[in-house]
Amino acid sequence: MKPYPWLTLLVFTPWIGAALLAFLPALSRKTARGFALLVSLSTLGIAVRLLTGFEPHVSGFQFEEHHAWINSLQVHYRLGLDGMSLLLVLLTGLVAPVCLLASWREEKSPRLFNALFLVLQGAALGTFLALDFFHWFFFWELSLVPAFFLIKLWGGPRAGRAAYQFVIYTLAGSACLLLAFVALFSATGSLDFSELARLAASGRLNPLLAAMGSSVPQLVFVGVLLGFAVKIPLFPFHTWLPSTYAEAPTGASMFLTGVMSKMGVYGLLRILWPLFPAQLQAAGGTLLVLATIGVLLGAFAAICQTDLKRMIAYSSLNHVSLCLLPLFALASTHGLTQSGAETTAAAFSGILLQMFNHGLSAAALFFCIGMLETRSGGHRGLDDFGGVRSAAPIFAGVCGFALFSSLGLPGLNGFVGEFLIFRSVFALAPWTAALACTGLFATALFLLTFWQRVFHGPRTALVDGHFPDAQAAELSGLIPLSLVMLVLGLLPQVLIGLFNPLVTSWVQAIVLP
Amino acid sequence: MNLLPFTPYLAFAGAGLTLLVGSRRATWARWIALATALATALFGLFAARVFVASAELQSLVDVSWIPLLGVRYHLAVDGISMTLVVLTGIAATAGVLFSWNIEKRPGAFFAFYLALIGGVYGVFLSADALLFFVFYEIAIVPKYFLIAIWGSGEREYGAMKLALYSFAGSALVLAGLLWLASTAPVQSFSFDDLAAAATQVGCGEARIMFALVFFGFAILAGLFPFHTWAPTGHVAAPTGASMLLAGVVMKLGAYGCLRIALPLFPAAFSFWQPMIAALAVTGIIYAGLIALVQDDLKFVIGYSSVSHMGFVLLGLAAANLRSVSGAVLQMFSHGVIAGLLFAVVGRMVYDRTHTRKLEELRTWPLHRLMPFAAVVFVLAALASMGMPGFSGFPAELSILLGAWRTSPWASVAAILGVVIAAAFTLRAVQVAFFGRTTATPGELVSVQPLPPISLPERLGAGLLLGAAVLIGLKPDLLLNWIIPSLHSPQFLQVITGGGS
Repeated sequence: MKPYPWLTLLVFTPWIGAALLAFLPALSRKTARGFALLVSLSTLGIAVRLLTGFEPHVSGFQFEEHHAWINSLQVHYRLGLDGMSLLLVLLTGLVAPVCLLASWREEKSPRLFNALFLVLQGAALGTFLALDFFHWFFFWELSLVPAFFLIKLWGGPRAGRAAYQFVIYTLAGSACLLLAFVALFSATGSLDFSELARLAASGRLNPLLAAMGSSVPQLVFVGVLLGFAVKIPLFPFHTWLPSTYAEAPTGASMFLTGVMSKMGVYGLLRILWPLFPAQLQAAGGTLLVLATIGVLLGAFAAICQTDLKRMIAYSSLNHVSLCLLPLFALASTHGLTQSGAETTAAAFSGILLQMFNHGLSAAALFFCIGMLETRSGGHRGLDDFGGVRSAAPIFAGVCGFALFSSLGLPGLNGFVGEFLIFRSVFALAPWTAALACTGLFATALFLLTFWQRVFHGPRTALVDGHFPDAQAAELSGLIPLSLVMLVLGLLPQVLIGLFNPLVTSWVQAIVLP
Repeated sequence: MNLLPFTPYLAFAGAGLTLLVGSRRATWARWIALATALATALFGLFAARVFVASAELQSLVDVSWIPLLGVRYHLAVDGISMTLVVLTGIAATAGVLFSWNIEKRPGAFFAFYLALIGGVYGVFLSADALLFFVFYEIAIVPKYFLIAIWGSGEREYGAMKLALYSFAGSALVLAGLLWLASTAPVQSFSFDDLAAAATQVGCGEARIMFALVFFGFAILAGLFPFHTWAPTGHVAAPTGASMLLAGVVMKLGAYGCLRIALPLFPAAFSFWQPMIAALAVTGIIYAGLIALVQDDLKFVIGYSSVSHMGFVLLGLAAANLRSVSGAVLQMFSHGVIAGLLFAVVGRMVYDRTHTRKLEELRTWPLHRLMPFAAVVFVLAALASMGMPGFSGFPAELSILLGAWRTSPWASVAAILGVVIAAAFTLRAVQVAFFGRTTATPGELVSVQPLPPISLPERLGAGLLLGAAVLIGLKPDLLLNWIIPSLHSPQFLQVITGGGS
């Protein structure tokens, strides 16, 4: 019997939902919202079904689907799931419905908003599951289209410019990536990630590339790196980030930072590192410096922001750069021995946990800022608010949860990931870790400033008038997120168990016997 | 029975009929034109159904025509011509649908239109150089009238420029071919005999002959720096004619380069190859940059056509299996997508708003007034940007793959062209359709309502979009015709095995 195509179902469910929304004009606003939420929740359902059927100890991909697609270009339709993809599929499944709830009050063409959002969700899921370059690139590029329109049409006053900048930056990165894969295909005749990784592992990939020119292996590496560096973003390719996150509507900001920034990190782990271990090692030192600058710049720039959304945008830069530190620190360390195995495992586990945790807490923070915006008629300056805790105590509670999770308070989800990251980076590159620690300090400073200025002190004029507490739709998004944060803070092994065997296999691949 | 040989004559007959009937009854002219275009498209599709690609031209008709000159009436088809015949059928049908609102002498309009189509079919099916040339000239003449009579803006200038460039190009081609034929031992214009004669020509002469033929054709394909006729001509032309010009007529030039110039002079081609590649890449980037600063929406599309045809020429210049098959795929893809873009800009927008200036369109909340047009334009723009899922992506990918083998720098430059294309396309989308996103319902009412999008427009847009998506997801449908045909002995002299 053929196995049930769960992964195809997962990717296409949001798209079918989007198509139905687009072609059923008779739906009322309310039905359209409810329908989109239902579709989004059903992808979470499928993700949970995958979770229950997933065997962590099986190496390689599970639920795999493999069909011929374009024979003339050796393109295959190939989807597969491993611990890392499962983690990100779960993250997408969790964050997406909450994004829809965050934009529940969107009055401007909600049907189109929801349809575009579902297209975006499907594209993100596809990116995490596709294993053939052509197939993967299809989702990777497609995700830009709904993101562009969500920012452009529902964003703030300067959204047009921000959306254009975001898309052109990302497309320029993707063009480099595409060109690099053109070279890879010319050299190897394959576009399959596993096949290319096998070639790289056996040491045959670089000679094949070098046959086209001695500098080609380096150039191809740089091309692939640029594609991901813009998406993550890695300093100095981050300049699109603050205005894009700030101008986008709440639901889109949440998804951009929560899920789409992870597409870049995922690309590093799934593509760049397996294919170009030698080049990554050579460039590791430089990249480590860039990632450290990202950590510091994100944190210290966030201190200087008076716009809350820009503050959290910069803090996202800080947190995502933090994900990159262990990877680049590992890459720049030569000749790991068996004694380094534990450090290596901590590094990878830290990256994966941090991806998941940042997705949850950043999404929750943008949600809270969105709530402040809707209550104050579009204001989001640090000075506009004060004394919100007394006006809206429940809201203050959930927002505090998200803030302290982002801060890395022990007992909440952010702590374990950051702990593992710093534990490994201290062992591998102590000076970097020391510098990055000042970033942690700065993070604490601005997050606490956020907390104190907005929620305590005397009420400002904006808060003093009509300032309702969190409502059912908002709470139904934020409370599940907060619960997940709490559970993962107390029982991180729930997640670690999913990807631990995968991490072990990665460790075995890079630690010298 | 294969109906393909009759397609040109079916189109010519339709042209005569619309001229006779249509001068009095506009509705009849439209329906006859639609029926004719649709019938030729169906002839093409029926032939495609039974078509089995092989490494040779499959003869359809081969009789002596002008024995004195050794001209034969020889029609034949291979995977490449099949692809372009199917494209012509699709573009012609969609073009009629988007010309449904022509009120000025519709009988004559559709007569010229169908005559142009007939000439194009003839070119794609000819297997004798002189016959090819005759059809090629037939296709040029109606273009002039279509623009000069039914055009807009600087229509006389655009029509004249286009006609002069086209005739200059065909004069070069004719000179090259006659020179070659004069050296032949037997009086003949069949491709095989000409190729045999070309092997006897000296190296220096062959280079000049090749240059005459290739650049003569390349003018019509929009090769930089001979492209300037294209934007002015496209912009001045009425919508249906712009669609055919960009969609099909530019392909005649590229097809001539591939079918005649390359196989006849393989050695001379390798001499000119770097030059052609450099010009093609320059065209991609230069036209893209010009498109980025245009303030007339139709000029943006016009220059984007030049940029996209640069990919076709780059594919030919790289001369390997992958790049050339990509070039043919790009011909199809560009034909469909450029047609769609011109349809939206010319028919849906301009005929309703009477402006194409981006500065003026910016003040209209067009995406609210014409949601259908906005959606179609966005999709067409995505296809034009080379998004995966549309036909442009596999085509450009193939060309890049092929060009990487021959000259990696050209691939690098071409990918820059892709980014520029994204920039100008997105700019056009943003300014033209989403210039004002904050229109209140009150404002929407105060703008005089635009006429709704009509059924023919919807059908035409659906046809073109369907073709772009179908080939985007399943490019094998065409590549399985194109690639075997490129294994024919004539092509194998110039095209290296390229692909792995």
